[in-house]
Amino acid sequence: MNNALETIKVRKEYGDVEVEVVAVDDVSIQIQPGEFVGLVGPSGSGKTSMLAMLAGLLSPTSGGIRIDGQAVEGMSDKELTRFRRQKIGFTFQANNLIPYLTALENVEMMLRLNGTLDKKGKARAKTLLDRLGLSDRLSNLPSQLSGGQQQRVAIARALIHDPSLVLADEPTASLDTERAYQVVETFANLIHEQKRAGIMVTHDLRMTKYVDRVIKMVDGQVVEELNDSKSIAALAAGTDREQTKTNGKAEAKTTKMDFSAQQLNYAAAGGD
Amino acid sequence: MAFYLAFKEVWRNKGRFLTFSMVIALITVLVLFIAALATGLANANKQYIDNLDADLLVYQENVDIQLTSSRIGESRLNDIRRLNGVADLGLIGFASGTIVFTDGREELDISLIGVQPGKPGEPAILAGQGLRSVRADEIVLPQEDAQRAGIKVGDQVTIKTIQGTEEEFFDLLVVGLSTPQQYFFQPGGVLPLETWDEIRPQAPGSGTDQVIGNIIAVKLEDPALLELMSSRIEQYVNDVEAADKPTAILALPGYSAQQSTLSTQQFFTFFIGVLVVGGFFQIQTLQKVGQIGMLKAIGTPNRIVASASLLQIIFVTAFGVFIGGAGTLLLALSMPAGIPIVFSGAAVIASIAALLLIGPMGGLVAIRLALRVEPLNAIGL
Repeated sequence: MNNALETIKVRKEYGDVEVEVVAVDDVSIQIQPGEFVGLVGPSGSGKTSMLAMLAGLLSPTSGGIRIDGQAVEGMSDKELTRFRRQKIGFTFQANNLIPYLTALENVEMMLRLNGTLDKKGKARAKTLLDRLGLSDRLSNLPSQLSGGQQQRVAIARALIHDPSLVLADEPTASLDTERAYQVVETFANLIHEQKRAGIMVTHDLRMTKYVDRVIKMVDGQVVEELNDSKSIAALAAGTDREQTKTNGKAEAKTTKMDFSAQQLNYAAAGGD
Repeated sequence: MAFYLAFKEVWRNKGRFLTFSMVIALITVLVLFIAALATGLANANKQYIDNLDADLLVYQENVDIQLTSSRIGESRLNDIRRLNGVADLGLIGFASGTIVFTDGREELDISLIGVQPGKPGEPAILAGQGLRSVRADEIVLPQEDAQRAGIKVGDQVTIKTIQGTEEEFFDLLVVGLSTPQQYFFQPGGVLPLETWDEIRPQAPGSGTDQVIGNIIAVKLEDPALLELMSSRIEQYVNDVEAADKPTAILALPGYSAQQSTLSTQQFFTFFIGVLVVGGFFQIQTLQKVGQIGMLKAIGTPNRIVASASLLQIIFVTAFGVFIGGAGTLLLALSMPAGIPIVFSGAAVIASIAALLLIGPMGGLVAIRLALRVEPLNAIGL
C-alpha cells in the first residue's frame, strides 16, 4: 500500500550560525491510509515543529515530505495554500472554529474554499455532524457549543473534504477527561472508516488509547515507536492509573516506561 | 467567498458594526454640514460677483483689487469701451441699506447694488421685469428673500440709508424678482446706478458731477483672450487694474480666510475619520490574529482574507455614510432659513466620495496586518 505520508530525514533548524537550535533532527516516518498515529513528547521535543512542517506551514531545513506521493517541501506559498485546503484536514487546540459561522457553516467552509459546496456536499456535512451527535446543533454558533461539541465540529471540518492527511494539534487540551476520550475515540473511528492518515499531537498519554501507533520524540528525534496494541494500551492505562485528582484538577504523577514525567515534562492533562 | 465571510461576520455582530457605522454617520453629518456651510458662506459673500455676466472686473489701481476701496467713475467706462475686444461693460456700485416696513414686519438688511440697466451687472430676472432706466426709482430683489419678507412685484418698498448722520428714507418700486444674488452676506437689491448714487450712504457735500461706482464689469468679445484684454485695459486706461472673476472672488473681504478655515476643518474631520476607522479595524484585526491564522492554515488564500476585510470596511463605511447622509437631509430640512447652509450637488458628491474613501484608507493598516498574520499562529508557533 502507498504511504499517505512519508518524511525522509526531515530536519528543522532555528536561529543563526552562532545560536542554532535543531528542533527536528533527521526524522523519517511513514503513515498508511487509515492509520491513526499519536505523536508524543515533552515540551521542546519538536512535535509542533514536525506538525507544522507536515502541514506545509513551515519549511524543513532539509529532508523531504511526501503526502499522497506529492513533495511538499518545494511548493510555493500559493501551491501550499491550495495543497492544505485540498489534502489536509486540521483541528487545533484553540481558535478552532470561525466564531461567526454556525456549526454547519464551519464544516461547509472547507467545501466552499475548495469550490465543491453543492447539494451533496451540504448533505454530507449534515450527515457527518449527525454522526458526531450534533444534529440538533447545526445552527448553533461556536459560542453556543461546549468545548467538546466545538472539537467535534472541528473534526467534521477536518474530514469533510476527503483529505489525505488529518492533523490534530492537542485536540483535547481544553476538554475534561470524559469529553476528551469521546472526542479522540470518534476521531479515531472516522480516521479508520474513511481510510485517512491521522496524526494527533498530544501531551496527554491517556489519549493514546485510541491510536494505532505512538511515536515518541525527544530533542527533535524519534526515540521510540509503539506499534502493538498491548504496549499502547499499557501506556495509556499506565498514565490513567497514576492520574490522581488534586483540588478538583487532574494531575499527572510520574509514569513508568520511558515516558517519565521528568522526561516528557508532562503537564497536567484532563479537566480544565 | 470573501463576500460570504465579510457579510456573515457583520451580520452576526450587528450590534458592534452598527455602533461603528453610527460613528461614521456622525462624521458624515459633520463633514456634510461643514461642506454645506462652506458653500453657504461662500455664496453669501460672492454670489453676486460669481453670477455676473462679465469676464473681467476693473478696479481702481493700487487698491489690491479690494472692491470696497476701489472708486471708479464713468470717464474710465468710456476709455474701456473704446478698446478693441470689449463687447459690453457696466459700472457697478455697492452700498448697504435696509428695507423698512410700516406694518411691523422685521427690517431686511440688503446690499444696494447700483447697475446700468441693460448692461453687465443686472441679474437674471425670474418674475416681473428688469430695470427700465438709469434714473428710475426701481429695485429688483432676489426672489427667495423677497418672498420670505412678503414682498411682491409691484410693491413699494422703503429703503433706509444714512446720509451724513441722519437716516433718510427712499421709496422704490419693486419691478422684478431675480435669481439669488447675495453680496457681503446680505441679499443684493439691484437698482439703477443714478438712483443708487442718490440713496447710498454718503457724507453731505460729497457728491460729484459723475457717478462714482466701485468696479466696471467687462464682457469680452472673446473670453479666451482674458489675459490679453486684461493687459490691454491696464495698458491703455489710466489708473486701473483688471482681474478675472476667480481672482476677484478670492480678494473679497474675508473670503479666503473663511474658506481656508472651513477647508481645514473639513480636512481634519476627514483625518479624524481615517484614524477612527483605522483604529477600529486595527483593534478588530489584532483581536482576530488567531482566527485569521487558523483561516490561513486551513487553506484560505491571502486575497480572500484581505478582500473580506476590505469588504467589511466598505459595508460599514457605506452604511454609516448612508445613515449620515439621510440624517443630514433631515437636519437640513429642520434648519431655520437664516442659517447659510447650502447643499450644492458637487460639494455633496465630493464629500460623500471622500467619506467613502476614508474607510478603505483607514483600514489599509488593518488589511496589511491581516495579510501579515502567519498561519503558524494557528498552532501557536
